[in-house]
Amino acid sequence: MAVLDAFYHSLGWLWLVLGAGFFLAGTVALIRFPDVYSRLHALTKADNLGLGLICLGMAWELGWGRQSLKFLLIWLLALLAGSVSCHLVARFALRSGLGPDDPP
Amino acid sequence: MTATLFDALLALLLVWLGWRTVVSTNLFNAVVLFVIFGLLMVLCWARLGAPDVALAEAAIGAGLTAALLLEAYRDLTGNDPHHVHDVEDSPLRWPLAALCGLLFLGLVATGWQLAPPTELGETVHARVAESGVENPVTAVLLNFRGYDTLLEVAVLMLALLGVWATNGPHATLGSRQTLDPDSALIDAMVRLLVPMAALVCSYLLWAGAHAPGGAFQAGAVLAGAGVLLHLAERLQPLGTASTSSRALVTVGLFVFVAVACYPLVYGGRLLAYPDGQTKALIFLVEAALTVSIAHSLTLMFSGGRAFQRGRR
Amino acid sequence: MSQLTLYGLAAAALFALGLYGLLAYAHLLRKILAVNVMGNAVFLFLVALGRTDPQQTNPVPHAMVLTGIVITVSATAFALALARRLHREVGAVDLDAQSRRGEALDSTQTEESGKS
Repeated sequence: MAVLDAFYHSLGWLWLVLGAGFFLAGTVALIRFPDVYSRLHALTKADNLGLGLICLGMAWELGWGRQSLKFLLIWLLALLAGSVSCHLVARFALRSGLGPDDPP
Repeated sequence: MTATLFDALLALLLVWLGWRTVVSTNLFNAVVLFVIFGLLMVLCWARLGAPDVALAEAAIGAGLTAALLLEAYRDLTGNDPHHVHDVEDSPLRWPLAALCGLLFLGLVATGWQLAPPTELGETVHARVAESGVENPVTAVLLNFRGYDTLLEVAVLMLALLGVWATNGPHATLGSRQTLDPDSALIDAMVRLLVPMAALVCSYLLWAGAHAPGGAFQAGAVLAGAGVLLHLAERLQPLGTASTSSRALVTVGLFVFVAVACYPLVYGGRLLAYPDGQTKALIFLVEAALTVSIAHSLTLMFSGGRAFQRGRR
Repeated sequence: MSQLTLYGLAAAALFALGLYGLLAYAHLLRKILAVNVMGNAVFLFLVALGRTDPQQTNPVPHAMVLTGIVITVSATAFALALARRLHREVGAVDLDAQSRRGEALDSTQTEESGKS
């Protein structure tokens, strides 16, 4: 049983570390990519997935119940806000005449 | 050990962000860095065991202040981050920097000797049960130090009056380039977020009695929804105040003053809530405050004196 | 290093930085940002000072800081409205512009009174 526990908790930590890794990847993309659109694309996707993994890891570690529903709600709200902001920024950039590969 | 490392990293990041906010030549960067500074402060409050303050800072400091600053940035510079307008910075930069460095050392030297005060905290915890609520911060805000909160609400109203007075009768409201409101995505977001914000606001108001929360946090969340509605053109600011707008802005202060004067009726003192009615009175005051704060903050953001239904 | 020491040092540094920003730069928006940084530094110090016992938090500084945050946002909104009004009237965003305009007005007035 201890082995199963240890396995369970290490999986929980795996989700958290993976989530942090996705955030790191998104931040690297923010710094390294050449133009607004590729940055937006990488950042939004990586951050949403990273947040999902972190919420999963937190629910995994802290117990399933009402708390985990709150984590799910947080993830969904962040997803909504992130996607809409990405859409609005991309739209504004497009209407300002920024093309792909133009530095922002 | 890791906790101290984390605290050290947080404190270092905070100071770095504060430094970059103040000295950035690019004004837009300075504003954005200040918003990030506010968000990191939320983490600090969580680390320091102050969840009420964290909630308030997240809603007000990182949310509303960010919206206000970005809007002012757009109005003052026309979106040109290096806009200078023949503004000369003080030629005394280096002497000033040296003086501020001395101030820092002086603050550290004085602060080192300060004995942390605990007496008031212990008194509060000993008598929380008398206050009618279980959350000690709410007890302090609305019962033990009710005067401070009463005057704070008056200050908020005065600031709103100040904004109205400076805007003047010829304020250029609505002459702004808003988000492109035809987007279906904005429609969906407004439909989802505004009811959710109302729900969160009610929850925070109710939970303020026994958990972190309260009138200010709830009012700020509702104000955030109001700002969203204004930006998505569901709410249109008007140049003249309507009766309902005046009522909403003043109801918080009036109810608080009425509740404060209520004990005078039967010979008590101001703000000395009668036993047995404290919880109900506190909740009444908090509900009125939430509505007032939300309406005042949204009006301050939009610059108008009332709202009407937008074109959409 | 206790939390109080760390955050207390950070608060002192932020206060000094904010004061420098307030005094050294002329642009009103920068001054407003600097004042906000100073305010946040004071709040940080208050709450850190109240954190002596991790078990039982001292709620009095929390309440004071909450009040402070709301008042800061009100004052910031008012200050921004004033800055915007100044920009609308005079077209510049620093206080020196106001005094420059005042000097220009004074010189035109002395010219007119000199002629008449």
